[in-house]
Amino acid sequence: MSLLQINNLNVRFGDANAVPVVDGLDLAVDAGEILAIVGESGSGKSVTMMALMGLIDAPGRITADTLSFDGTDMLKLSGRQRRKVVGKDIAMVFQDPMTALNPSYTVGFQIEEVLRQHLGLKGKAARQRALELLKKVEIPAAESRLDAYPHQLSGGMSQRVAIAMAIAGEPKLLIADEPTTALDVTIQAQIMELLVNLQKERNMALILITHDLAVVAETARRVCVMYAGQAVEVGQVPELFDVPAHPYSEALLAAIPEHSIGAERLATLPGIVPGRYDRPDGCLLSPRCPYVQDNCRHQRPPLDPQAHSLVRCFYPLNQEVA
Amino acid sequence: MLSFIARRLGLLIPTFFGITLLTFALIRLIPGDPVEVMMGERRVDPEMHAQAMERLGLNKPLPVQYLDYVGKLAQGDLGESLRTRESVWTEFLTLFPATLELSFAALLFAGTVGLLAGVIAALKRGSLFDHGVMGISLAGYSMPIFWWGLILIMFFSVSLGWTPVSGRIDLLYDIEPKTGFMLIDTLLSDEEGAFKDAVMHLILPAIVLGTIPLAVIARMTRSSMLEVLREDYIRTARAKGLSPARVVFVHGLRNALIPVLTVFGLQVGTLLAGAVLTETIFSWPGVGKWLIEAIGARDYPVVQNGILLIACLVILVNFVVDILYGLANPRIRHQR
Amino acid sequence: MTSPIPKSVTPASPVDRSLLYPSPYKEFWHAFSRNKGAVMGLAFMCLVVFCALFAPWVAPHDPSEQYRDFLLTPPVWLEGGTWQFILGTDELGRDLLSRLIQGARLSLLIGLSSVVMSLIPGILLGLLAGFFPHLLGPSIMRLMDVMLALPSLLLAVAIVAILGPGLINTVIAIAIVSLPSYVRLTRAAVMGELNRDYVTAARLAGAGLPRLMFVTVLPNCMAPLIVQATLSFSSAILDAAALGFLGLGVQPPTPEWGTMLASARDYIERAWWVVSLPGLTILLSVLAINLMGDGLRDALDPKLKNAA
Repeated sequence: MSLLQINNLNVRFGDANAVPVVDGLDLAVDAGEILAIVGESGSGKSVTMMALMGLIDAPGRITADTLSFDGTDMLKLSGRQRRKVVGKDIAMVFQDPMTALNPSYTVGFQIEEVLRQHLGLKGKAARQRALELLKKVEIPAAESRLDAYPHQLSGGMSQRVAIAMAIAGEPKLLIADEPTTALDVTIQAQIMELLVNLQKERNMALILITHDLAVVAETARRVCVMYAGQAVEVGQVPELFDVPAHPYSEALLAAIPEHSIGAERLATLPGIVPGRYDRPDGCLLSPRCPYVQDNCRHQRPPLDPQAHSLVRCFYPLNQEVA
Repeated sequence: MLSFIARRLGLLIPTFFGITLLTFALIRLIPGDPVEVMMGERRVDPEMHAQAMERLGLNKPLPVQYLDYVGKLAQGDLGESLRTRESVWTEFLTLFPATLELSFAALLFAGTVGLLAGVIAALKRGSLFDHGVMGISLAGYSMPIFWWGLILIMFFSVSLGWTPVSGRIDLLYDIEPKTGFMLIDTLLSDEEGAFKDAVMHLILPAIVLGTIPLAVIARMTRSSMLEVLREDYIRTARAKGLSPARVVFVHGLRNALIPVLTVFGLQVGTLLAGAVLTETIFSWPGVGKWLIEAIGARDYPVVQNGILLIACLVILVNFVVDILYGLANPRIRHQR
Repeated sequence: MTSPIPKSVTPASPVDRSLLYPSPYKEFWHAFSRNKGAVMGLAFMCLVVFCALFAPWVAPHDPSEQYRDFLLTPPVWLEGGTWQFILGTDELGRDLLSRLIQGARLSLLIGLSSVVMSLIPGILLGLLAGFFPHLLGPSIMRLMDVMLALPSLLLAVAIVAILGPGLINTVIAIAIVSLPSYVRLTRAAVMGELNRDYVTAARLAGAGLPRLMFVTVLPNCMAPLIVQATLSFSSAILDAAALGFLGLGVQPPTPEWGTMLASARDYIERAWWVVSLPGLTILLSVLAINLMGDGLRDALDPKLKNAA
């Protein structure tokens, strides 16, 4: 059984008629695997994970057929029960490390908080463990950093602290929401390497949310492509890159600047992601899809297994290729 | 931390000199003959006039006069009141504790009630309580406090008879002014019921004086809290599985309080201004009432140096608030 | 891989363009009118302005006329009241309603003139301090700091102590006291804007200093200034009333609301309306202006525009 199983997740902000930000998402993650979720801004990638963590507040509403983690039905948990899981078995690292840490408390305090809450460690034991964690995330001069304030740290170091806080509870699943987007290019590689090493060492499942396809290619085993709140293709990493089945996946890959070397213009998909007022009745990509057929505009395609991957399309591409 | 304090002290000095310049200029700007102004007399015969000019140093060039003035200040000579012939400094020292006591009580009232109301309003945003708090605080800083005082007197003192109308303590009691703080002095004395009487006298003026700071603090706390709760680190705290109470009070409030502290500090200025009005209404014997009476009576030495003293007080309090702010906000402390 | 053949995008259903892209004034009014309090404040202020403009015709009596037979008459809804003097009379038999209406004129006059008198030099000084942060900036700001070191009422009291009591001196005192906040605000806004690209672009295009100051930068600083002006207006009314109450401002028998309260002090027990009503008008007017100011700020501040 999968560690994380999500079926038909819907997240809306407003009443039942409001446009869903996450629209019928299906996702599964096994223990110890690395799954990447890619998509444009606004595709619903972060919201999905925040819904799992219980971080969506009113007027957001979450509905799902299944939202289970490690056998527990997350939808049925009370606040108190959920807080036993969140931060401990599921942890999350956010995008902007400079604002993710509380500026008024030291690094040590913020890590020890997690240790106290979930592992019951106090005093010296907590401080010792916090120090170990800082060393584990490769922060130089860890001893002195324990008493530092967030504004005294660089972006890369702050993110390492955030990662330390996340793994402090020994999570089974770590969610990294664009962990390197706000960092310098040189630091990005270091942080990614750190995450992958930690994942291997602890056999954690890692969900990597990103819009950087290069990172996905290097790091993940499976990838889920999201568009306008839906999963449009879920497949293995090398295959999806070589033979994308969904037109959107193809467009994403074509949009990588290196693929347009020699051409006059960068390859793009005309149009924009559907918003509140122009959500199509049929396939959400139909207004922009270069391969659109008539029935695409009127029916929503289901996410079905095809030759290499799960695809949400009536006319998936590259099916002939073995 | 020490360098931070030293830096702030450094800023203090030029401001202080600016104030002395201001008060010096203030008096020189009064229309009319300076001798008459200084001596408070209408007509002085020419000989005495010349003598007075000599004595008061009024025939020296202005910069020299200013230096004389500052020199006198340095020696602690702030002149004499024209009405009582008492040293301005002595009068100030006698009356100041009364204002301090009143201000302190008002701030205590405003701070506790305001903070609490602001936090709860932020947590229950959009609720009736929230709207109520916002409405009351809006009314609070829109109203003329001297009117508010009169209304409260009308209601609580005259109609209901719960609180006395004026003064710090009933004339029946004879309390020795050991500290100048009536609450402490009544406790130290052995007069029965004196403490309770002092408290009753303090309640209404404290509420009146504290109304505007209360309104401002409640509003500020609420909006600061709302802003803080939207920050990323609150999301991180929740993602760590911390209890909602901890998220709000440990992670949220700590940061929300920082702007409230600045406002709190600014309120001291408002408080002193309000003290002037409140003391007048309640006949509270503090420096505010003293100053107003001096202005009315054209007691210029008191006016000039009274303003100076009060201004210094405000600067001092702002300085303390700055330091506290530095303690609370680590980022400011480490700034260059 | 070659780029996909671009196909035309399916257009969205036709929508009224004026709803999608309203004019700035329409947008502002839409945002402002969502705030019920602000609209009520505006309505009340319109009433006050109306009374102020047409005072001689709106007021039932001459504010200074003393009706010797009707000293301290209660308002009409109390025992002993009469429709002749709807809100009662004061200790000299003058109709309270007429005096309050006349007072509206005074308060608005004081508010308006003090705001204008301090806004213009305030903006100028702020612009200078912002554009010349090394030459003029420090000295201007030091001066403002010194002025701000004293609580505003005390400074106003001090100024009036020098100049003497009266209406004009009240206005001058309040104008001087409000100056520092405009200077600070303008300077902060200017310094914020100077870093922006459009200013650099204007400079490169050859804009001279006056143009840069007044045409390029200043209009973008207006939002906080407008809000501050509204708040200063209400402070001006409060401060003028306070000065009047202390006997240092407008002198009796001129019916300024605060001055009316000073003489009313002795009548707390006998004639509560003489005490309550002038203060109530101050409260309502200031409240209305503050509500409007809040509404203005919410409507003008882009950060709050998209908040749910």
